[in-house]
Amino acid sequence: MALPASAQQELIKDLPVTDPAVIDLLGLSVSFGGRPILQGLRGDLRGKAIGLLGPNGAGKTTLIHTLLGFHEPTAGTAQIFGHDIVDHAKQIKALVGYMPERDSFIAKMSAVHFVRLMGELSGLPPEAALERAHEALFYVGLGEARYRKLQTYSLGMKQLAKLAQAIVHGPKLLFLDEPTNGLDPPARLRMIKLIREIRDSGQAHIVLSSHLLLDVEECCDEILILREGRIAVYCNLEEERKSNRKFLMLETRGDQAKFVSALKELGCEYAITGDHRLKIVLQGGVEVRDLYQLAAREQVQLRRLSYKRDSLEDIFLKAMENGHGSL
Amino acid sequence: MAVYEQTYKRYAGPLTPEWSRFLIIPRHAYRGVFKSKIFTAFFVLCFVPLLIEAILIYLHHNVNALGTMRLQIQELIPIDATFFQFFVNLQGAFAFFVALLVGPPLVSQDLRNNALPLYLCRPFSRTEYVVGKMSVLLILLSTITWIPQLLLFFLQSYLEGFTWFRTNLWLASAIVIGSVVWILLLALISQTVSALVKWRVVASGAILGLFFIPSVFGEFINVVFLTRLGNLVSIAALMKNISSGLFGTFVQTTGSFRIESFDGTVRDIILNEPPLWSSWTVVFGICVVCLAILSRKVKAYEVVK
Repeated sequence: MALPASAQQELIKDLPVTDPAVIDLLGLSVSFGGRPILQGLRGDLRGKAIGLLGPNGAGKTTLIHTLLGFHEPTAGTAQIFGHDIVDHAKQIKALVGYMPERDSFIAKMSAVHFVRLMGELSGLPPEAALERAHEALFYVGLGEARYRKLQTYSLGMKQLAKLAQAIVHGPKLLFLDEPTNGLDPPARLRMIKLIREIRDSGQAHIVLSSHLLLDVEECCDEILILREGRIAVYCNLEEERKSNRKFLMLETRGDQAKFVSALKELGCEYAITGDHRLKIVLQGGVEVRDLYQLAAREQVQLRRLSYKRDSLEDIFLKAMENGHGSL
Repeated sequence: MAVYEQTYKRYAGPLTPEWSRFLIIPRHAYRGVFKSKIFTAFFVLCFVPLLIEAILIYLHHNVNALGTMRLQIQELIPIDATFFQFFVNLQGAFAFFVALLVGPPLVSQDLRNNALPLYLCRPFSRTEYVVGKMSVLLILLSTITWIPQLLLFFLQSYLEGFTWFRTNLWLASAIVIGSVVWILLLALISQTVSALVKWRVVASGAILGLFFIPSVFGEFINVVFLTRLGNLVSIAALMKNISSGLFGTFVQTTGSFRIESFDGTVRDIILNEPPLWSSWTVVFGICVVCLAILSRKVKAYEVVK
């Protein structure tokens, strides 16, 4: 039984106040030399791991830099965990970790010295910073190489050292800008595993900017696609996939014509995509079980049944075609 | 916690006070600075004149020592403003070479290695970064300039008595202000050059050039135009005037001579040093320019417009 509107309002009042969004974009715009880079971004991002996607020049890195306080917004603002990025820049910086895209180091330092310094700059006392520097380097897999000078590190090791400096102070939000850039497949897998571990620990939210859709698909639960400085799509990947669960791909053996006419009787829309291949849309009330029963009745073998779901690539390409997505 | 517990965890312990974080930079920088044995040896050498100064002060008050060395007190340099000014200027020269060795890589290394985003993505502002980098030099140079000079002033006061201390208290302020202005100028100029030039050798050359080329140019102006206004472009001359002003030894008129033209007319030329306020103004102007350049260069990312 539905409650009257007034009663619903009362119930809502009694509910605990929800946590502030991880990132709340409030009409954020950034221009360089009069050229708009980000244009009125709006929306609240709440995912555990948010993938930031977009073609080159879409404004991904500028968005991260603006959230980190490197660039002043020309209009609007944004909030991170409820703190304004302009008014409370220091509080925000104490909560975030940043792994830059480019090589960024302090010269002539061993990894442990470098990570320790970064920890101290984040406010950790020297002893705690040293202890956590060791832990962070072991965590990312550089334990054995932690006393080596950073300039002797391979590209993969440098990426891991950058991750270690980003997590040494245990941030609540981690910005990772192209973390798998230039990594060979084993190193990439290791990086992805680490990112997923951090995400699954539940102790930090992640914003991952990457050109590699696969990386984002493997690590993120939400995606924000930018196009020409505007939000093209912001969606929850899992929900997006769920919404496509009515589309099925079938591969059959037997009398396909009989099976197709039976499907028509069941009220399903279908398309024959090849020999023994069908694409169908389940109508309301029709379950996968019904398809198996139908196949048994018509003596048709179902060799393969899979959900046709939009891959991230599909979502990305659609966003690039359509322009503005929904929030 | 043991290092084998490899899970991601947030830090929940105490944090250092925000105001003290700029000191992290010099603490870590000195590790690298004192790794060089040549620099360490030179730094130790910087204390030799201070030792001599201490010995001279001690000799003035120890009759036995004078007797052993068969010296009369009149033969020693008197301990007055000129005495302290001489040693302050001498230590200033040593400070210049220390700044030349330590200053150039301070910011340039961070710019070359894109380290600025790593500093500035933390609760650490651009101002704290600049102050932190400057304090690398300021602390180091203080240990060879005003701190030991002040201690020697107190030694002299202790040996000479309270009356001398009371009468010459202004000398203490001259020592501190003169040294602090000099090391501040050195720190600012070397940091600014370091922020503009990414290569250490070039930066060292540029700092040397900034001090010596204007001096030569200023002297050229002085000679050609028969003036002392050329001293306003020479950092060394500016500091000499400021130091003289602080120690009460500043002389406005430094020379006069008579010249005869081809037509037989005779002219008296009086060489007047630029007024003290103009020297202070130029030094202040240099500091402002340095700060403006640093504020422009010390950024996480340079925006290409």
